[in-house]
Amino acid sequence: MLDSSARTIRDDIAAGNVSAVDVCRTFLERIDAVNPSLNAFNLVAADRALARAAEIDRQRAHGVSAGPLMGVPVAVKDNLCVRGMRTTASSRILERFVPPYDATAVERIEAAGAVIVGKTSCDEFAMGSSNENSAYGPVCNPWALDRAPGGSSGGSAAAVAARCAPLALGSDTGGSIRQPAAFCGVVGLKPTYGRVSRYGLLAFASSLDQIGPICGTVSDAALALGVLAGPDPADATSSPRPVPDFTAALTGDITGLRIGVPRAFVAEGVDDRVRSAFDEALDTLRRAGARLVDIELPHAKYAIPVYYLVATAEASSNLARYDGVRYGHRTADDGRLELQDMYRRTRDEGFGAEVKRRIMLGTYVLSAGYYDAFYLKAQQVRTLLRQDYDAVFEKTDVVAMPTTPTPPFRLGEKTDDPLQMYLADVFTVSANLVGLPAISVPCGFATETDGAAPQRLPVGLQLTGRLFDEATLLNAADAYERLTDWHVQRPG
Amino acid sequence: MAPALTIADVERIAALAHLELTADEQALFTRQLADILAHAQQLQAIDTSGVAATAHVHADQQSERPDDPRDSLSTSDALANAPDAAPDAGLFRVPRVIGG
Repeated sequence: MLDSSARTIRDDIAAGNVSAVDVCRTFLERIDAVNPSLNAFNLVAADRALARAAEIDRQRAHGVSAGPLMGVPVAVKDNLCVRGMRTTASSRILERFVPPYDATAVERIEAAGAVIVGKTSCDEFAMGSSNENSAYGPVCNPWALDRAPGGSSGGSAAAVAARCAPLALGSDTGGSIRQPAAFCGVVGLKPTYGRVSRYGLLAFASSLDQIGPICGTVSDAALALGVLAGPDPADATSSPRPVPDFTAALTGDITGLRIGVPRAFVAEGVDDRVRSAFDEALDTLRRAGARLVDIELPHAKYAIPVYYLVATAEASSNLARYDGVRYGHRTADDGRLELQDMYRRTRDEGFGAEVKRRIMLGTYVLSAGYYDAFYLKAQQVRTLLRQDYDAVFEKTDVVAMPTTPTPPFRLGEKTDDPLQMYLADVFTVSANLVGLPAISVPCGFATETDGAAPQRLPVGLQLTGRLFDEATLLNAADAYERLTDWHVQRPG
Repeated sequence: MAPALTIADVERIAALAHLELTADEQALFTRQLADILAHAQQLQAIDTSGVAATAHVHADQQSERPDDPRDSLSTSDALANAPDAAPDAGLFRVPRVIGG
């Protein structure tokens, strides 16, 4: 059962082959067995999950119609609010925060019958690419425990890879679903900006953040997106566009699909093993009937500085709310404390180094004298990047790139050099800046032989689609998945 | 070119951002932020004259709704996570605002 897809588990429960409680118990036991070595969960909500599963079994016994995620165990990234369930964003400042409301994404998956098994670790406030910026310790990659699972949704990706849940929710501001999915050998989808409500997602960069699924198959990503998508009165940026049947779009047929390959952009700084897995994936797609088209993305090489200026500016504003007044940590008061000192000490004690660094950078680029040179300039180049993609999508249907330039790096390898960590996001940040949907699917392994024992490290293929055209994107990814078996391989 | 970042700049930004940094953090951030800003300097080479800024990709999206009053969080729910609440008064308590 642990290897089953969300769809299969749902069907088995609906058919009465297995109870939701038995499914829930099986996955909770798996979490108990592997989480001590992975640290993928900030919180395991066993009692609540079993009670929910029992309720689903009761409903089924009474013939109540099943939702599309009936009884499916789901792990939720710890920056999504679940009412009554501690939600920390892996930050000290929210160590004891218990949300009084559900995120819309959470409400929707539960209404669809999902059983939330726990909250997964992430980089603090989703700021990071390795999950090492958590106040509650790093997460280990299930394929190689000395390596990063990626970030910021590292706990969600590690949990799915380690079969702690068939489905997890993540959030993606600059690659935070796709990069950990690639590093952990699973599927990760960032929907179009506005496709999924952000209400109840602890905001990092509001013009970039998007919630999406991490799972074992593209078909499960389509299933989950169908549940998550749609307008929400609580999020003014959620799109009123109709939500198509994503599952019906998975035909397996990509004959004539035009796949753009930005050859020059992916020529530099890519690990040879990633390159060869990528080239092989392109060949597989071509043999399936797709047409490969060489494209140019002239401004993509500037996406990293644009992203880190825009995202940190938005973050510095969003994180101003953590001030020790309405929720979260407050510094101890010796009776002489004044308000301004309370703010400063609270935030110094509550935030980790990376969050402080980004607040500082964002505050700087928004400050008088630097706004035009940095923030405005970045927003203008963001426009040029959008124009690059507009031109590309006139002659292609999806764009292919490696998800990451390298296989998973070692824990600790980049922690002293934030710029090097940022540069690892080179292939993922553009989709957020332009709002495009993008997916990472497993496309091979890199063998690492420099340690004591050889390691098999997952490599991801990233496909990017047109705005609101997840249907074509998912179909391309699913067609690729049908021709390969990378996605069924799991760590030992 | 932006001038090189100094410790004084970092102190000024920290004050704006309501962060109290240790001397070690100040030194570390001065170096790291300077590295990041130096990398970002490459944007200056791009000609963006006449290019509109993108603050948001769906800026044209209509998102108005009738301005009708609706239920929101109850006072007790809103105060439940506060480090220092006065529930009977329905207030958040803060340290004194005016220096003595």
